Amino acid sequence: MKEITLRVFRYRPEAEAEPTFQEYAVPLRDDWAVLDALNYVKEEIDPTLSYRWSCRMGICGSCGMTVNGDPKLSCGTFLVDHAPGPITVEPLRNFPVIRDLVIEMTDFMQKLGAVQPWIIRDESDDDPDTELLQTPSEMDDYKRYSMCINCMLCYSACPVYGLDSKFIGPAAIALAQRYNLDSRDEGQEERLDVLSEDEGVWGCTFVGECTRACPKGVDPAGAIQRAKLIAANEAVKAFLLPRWVR
Amino acid sequence: MSRERTSAEPFLWLLFSAGGVLTALAVPMILFLFGIAFPLGWLDPPSNAEIYTLLRNPLARLAVIVLCGLGMMHAAHRLRHTIRDGLQLQRHGTAIAAVCYGTAAFLTAVAVVLVSVI
Repeated sequence: MKEITLRVFRYRPEAEAEPTFQEYAVPLRDDWAVLDALNYVKEEIDPTLSYRWSCRMGICGSCGMTVNGDPKLSCGTFLVDHAPGPITVEPLRNFPVIRDLVIEMTDFMQKLGAVQPWIIRDESDDDPDTELLQTPSEMDDYKRYSMCINCMLCYSACPVYGLDSKFIGPAAIALAQRYNLDSRDEGQEERLDVLSEDEGVWGCTFVGECTRACPKGVDPAGAIQRAKLIAANEAVKAFLLPRWVR
Repeated sequence: MSRERTSAEPFLWLLFSAGGVLTALAVPMILFLFGIAFPLGWLDPPSNAEIYTLLRNPLARLAVIVLCGLGMMHAAHRLRHTIRDGLQLQRHGTAIAAVCYGTAAFLTAVAVVLVSVI
């Protein structure tokens, strides 16, 4: 069987001060993604290699890596598309590296929590026996943004986040919009407090790399532009109208 | 709103957006007319006298000033972010903003003067 070379980023903080690259020859099979090749390395060649993965089918968002310079889900990036190789596999950019291909995601998790990505609603007037119905067009308003799997490829692709990690970032804003645009939600104002900060939507300079990187077609850049319009609208109202009218 | 926000960014972004939309709509048409259609004789060009007459209308003057001003603001905003982020000059952010928006405001003032003296 033909082989292809994986050039894998290695960093073992207890053993080496600087990261290195290690090459592995793996079978070039038509149906193998980069993740399959890494699993082959781990099982057959080098059990010390560390990386995150779970579902192998583009749902869990765990296996994001930099493949030949681009942020990709390694389970959806096929070896044959990068033949004859070598294929360089590195951790996601813009995040601290814990070990090998494993990155530190605490910053992202905090940002995700800050936008309250769940339905905020005063349920005191809701009848517990009645469903909150939604029309298909009401669902279409937010459905695209609900496809986010928190894989952080957009953070890895975003040059603004790379320069200033205080920026709340593409996925958090897209998920805030997912709930803001939901007809059952009443939390837009609470989320706006976070989104309308200078490090919120205004940090974005509309480079658009997040949308190109997204493996689920979420279009975070579009979500950010829509959130900017809402934030700007509120800022103009706050500037022009007295408090009791708003 | 739960608290006041004093950031200028939303207002600058609105001017940037308005400028982008307006120039995207108006400038291609102006370029087509004055850069292609009139020089190639596809359409009869207006005489200088006709253009002067048009610009004596206060609404036409306002349209020219708004187009120049917002277009300038659009350029200033984009340039400011490009310089600040592209050249990694975040620590000089205020000075860069002052120069970019100041230049846009000055050139808008020049447009006001030029249109007013016609």
